[in-house]
Amino acid sequence: MRIPLSRIAHTRSGDKGDTANIGVIAWLPRYYPILLREVTPVRVKAFFGEMVKGGVDRFELPNLCALNLLLHHALGGGGTVSLRTDAQGKTLGAALLAMEIDVDERELTD
Amino acid sequence: MIRIANGQGFWGDWLEAPVRLVDGGPIDYLTLDYLAEVTMSILQKQRQADPELGYARDFPPLIGRIAKKLRERNIKVVANAGGVNPVACARAVLKAAAGLKVAVVLGDDILGCIDEFLGKGYEMRNIDTGEPISTIRDRILSANAYIGAFPLAEALATGADVVISGRCADAALVLAPMIDRFGWGPEDYDKLAAGIVAGHIIECGAQCSGGNCQVDWRNIPDLANIGYPIVEADPDGSFIVTKHPGSGGRIDSHGLKEQLLYEIGDPRQYMTPDCVADFTSLHLEDASPDRVRGSGVRGGPRPAMLKASISYHAGWKASGTLVYSWPDALEKARVADRITRQRLGQLGLHFDEIYTEYFGVNACHGPAARPRPEHADPPEVQVRISVRGADKRAVDRFTREMIPLVLTGPPGGTGYGEGRPEVRQIVAYWPALIPRDEIATRVEVIE
Repeated sequence: MRIPLSRIAHTRSGDKGDTANIGVIAWLPRYYPILLREVTPVRVKAFFGEMVKGGVDRFELPNLCALNLLLHHALGGGGTVSLRTDAQGKTLGAALLAMEIDVDERELTD
Repeated sequence: MIRIANGQGFWGDWLEAPVRLVDGGPIDYLTLDYLAEVTMSILQKQRQADPELGYARDFPPLIGRIAKKLRERNIKVVANAGGVNPVACARAVLKAAAGLKVAVVLGDDILGCIDEFLGKGYEMRNIDTGEPISTIRDRILSANAYIGAFPLAEALATGADVVISGRCADAALVLAPMIDRFGWGPEDYDKLAAGIVAGHIIECGAQCSGGNCQVDWRNIPDLANIGYPIVEADPDGSFIVTKHPGSGGRIDSHGLKEQLLYEIGDPRQYMTPDCVADFTSLHLEDASPDRVRGSGVRGGPRPAMLKASISYHAGWKASGTLVYSWPDALEKARVADRITRQRLGQLGLHFDEIYTEYFGVNACHGPAARPRPEHADPPEVQVRISVRGADKRAVDRFTREMIPLVLTGPPGGTGYGEGRPEVRQIVAYWPALIPRDEIATRVEVIE
């Protein structure tokens, strides 16, 4: 079944220059493998479309059941150069919660 | 065990927070982080206009407000309020609170050393883009190395009540008291890394105690009286993150995870001037309500290079907004944008970028904003058009193009009450690396 990422994770996002970072945290430890499988750099880049001009890197934090995503050249120049309202990517984590992922129902209930 | 609080996550944070930390229960150290990446350039300009300025001007009156309690309860303050003029900041503190002992940490300001460094062959390439600094040499406004916790600890060791630095690593403000009190050395990698992790958790103030937190946000208690965070640090490197009893907000491991991941890169190699911290080694545990224990942090040796924060002039920008109401608000807003661009083109003006957002539609999430059927014809839409470029006159001319649309564009335009948009200088940020050996810090006690 397809569900929004918000069912299994919460996020916080911010900036380092023109790179946005999104921390994605599984609500429960058993959801972490779903994050690893579904929240891939390719899908995240596709989700944000033309907003992310560079690549997407992903780092794993198994101790926190969390991922750190770096979206390069994603903030219109970043910091004070950017013309965007959300020049620091504060809301990009919330945006990602709408990304649809594929799960087996048993993965959510087991 | 020592209690280290953070009462300011950035310059402009809640003014009451540090006062409540001092009044609301036991703390030993009050840290305050005032410096964002481009703050230094603003302060540099202020200092150029007046040699007695160039520091966080909120800081001296704050110390005046809490000085009596600092003295009574032997609370030490560690703050990077010095900006580009820590000595002037210290003098202002002494004026606001006579009798305190104030120590300053100097040596981060490298604005006067750029040519010397270039002469030595340091290219100071932009960490993000790889460009050499020579491309912006004549536009540099400020340059500071991020200094670490050891010079701050040295300042605490003088017995100062208030320690003031310029540019330092944010988490170093929190690590410094641990070094001073626990006698940690530069090779206590794991302990230093633990202090850095604790510092990273509290350096953004209430963003770890319930602010900006997605976790069941509706039920976070009493955000109006949110408690700012306190680290209870132990000599073995383990720590508890908590807040004063009776204060608002919430501290739990889910919320702390959000802050741990905030604005980091590779979590295995969180670089600081004092050590490299491995965030994936941290063990977090909910100990009791509003108390989370952190332990197990591992770290590695400090890097040979220090990060420098350089700011430079990068042109001009302006943003203007108009509001269009139902019916067809979005369509009208789009037409207003098209007309504006056409008129700017006809004037022969050139910009590096013209960028348009529609509030209520896509301003935050851009192309990732998902259209919702109930928003197909929204009650109103605000259009925000922004330009940037090297030519200040072109940007200024743009600021005169928005309001005329009310009488010359699609029907129902309003929301121009704040008048013509302001032309603002773009002060951009240039992160670079310089060899640690080039930065000599020193501590001075100001009487």
